[in-house]
Amino acid sequence: MERLTFTYPAREAVARRVHVGVVGSGDLEVLLEPSADSDAHVAVTTSVDGFGTVWKHVLDRFFSRFEGAAAIEINDFGATPGVVLLRLEQAAEALRA
Amino acid sequence: MSSTPEGERFLARRSFIELNARERARALLDPGTFRELAGPFDRLKSPWLPLQGVVAQADDGVVIARGSIDGESAVVASIEGAYQGGSVGEVSGAKLAGALELALRDCERGRAVRPVLLLETGGVRLQEANLGLAAIAEVHAAIVALRRHVPVVAVVAGMVGCFGGMSLAAALCSHLIVTRQARLGMNGPEVIEQEAGLAELDAADRALIWALMGGEQRQATGFADVLVEDDSDAIAAQVRRAFAAPAPAPRSEQVEGLIARLAGIDGERPPEPAALRALWGRGT
Repeated sequence: MERLTFTYPAREAVARRVHVGVVGSGDLEVLLEPSADSDAHVAVTTSVDGFGTVWKHVLDRFFSRFEGAAAIEINDFGATPGVVLLRLEQAAEALRA
Repeated sequence: MSSTPEGERFLARRSFIELNARERARALLDPGTFRELAGPFDRLKSPWLPLQGVVAQADDGVVIARGSIDGESAVVASIEGAYQGGSVGEVSGAKLAGALELALRDCERGRAVRPVLLLETGGVRLQEANLGLAAIAEVHAAIVALRRHVPVVAVVAGMVGCFGGMSLAAALCSHLIVTRQARLGMNGPEVIEQEAGLAELDAADRALIWALMGGEQRQATGFADVLVEDDSDAIAAQVRRAFAAPAPAPRSEQVEGLIARLAGIDGERPPEPAALRALWGRGT
């Protein structure tokens, strides 16, 4: 198990909280809520060690389009990068809905 | 695409099994009344799993939802089978027991609350051992106390099934609803194979496993009340029907009948599933 944290600049406030996903095999849960400051913060807990670089690439891509000042907690149970990105997009979509 | 009536009916179905624990609870409550207690943002996580290198889920795999069922106040406790096999740990067990105990307190004060348990669980979470077992005992006690006031309705939909100490919880409920995909048993097939050997049970033989402990067999032999299709609306309708009808005497109080059933079985030559259904069945 490994814990990773990331910070990204943000442009707009996040208005509410969103929860998607499940900590099941090959899946993850995302808890997204307003950040305490003007940046976006991501705290990842993952069952698979040694993939910090891959996490950074996936999150870089997500935050190239997402500009909310969100505090995001990710609890991961071996999701592939594609599933991680889909869950993040699902959370962003739920935020807009 | 099928255009037969059967095909149309199949396509119109909304699977309950494919829903997660939160969506299942929402599907059973009256529309717009779902309100979650001790939800993921309260972060009541297992303190024990991370110490053992296991990632914890923010709600510890149990969703407690208040709302109404047919306009009457209700509480739904829904276990997430995809997280740690729906296992009951210290926190998830406290959420289950706490929800039932609060419903009991309301009932004792004359405010009826309709309790529904959505059981998708392998039983106790082995990483939390005694703490999980203690919580399951509290769940049992709360069900027995609560069912004197109001029917306690449980649903085992699948695909995890309901095993271990939580199968006892299912058996204690006033009314048990199952699907064909459900399984209900004290020990799961893998445990039986490991402990008693391949000659006793081949855990890879899915047809045999469902014939032994599947929802259809359990309903046919009187261990579940209703067999229902994997359809959200059908399951919601059966839950409503269970509360509308007067609850029969709890299965767990029919001790003499159950002992008489066992007396009719030769342990040296246990019956095949079909023979058991003929012996114990409801004329099916």
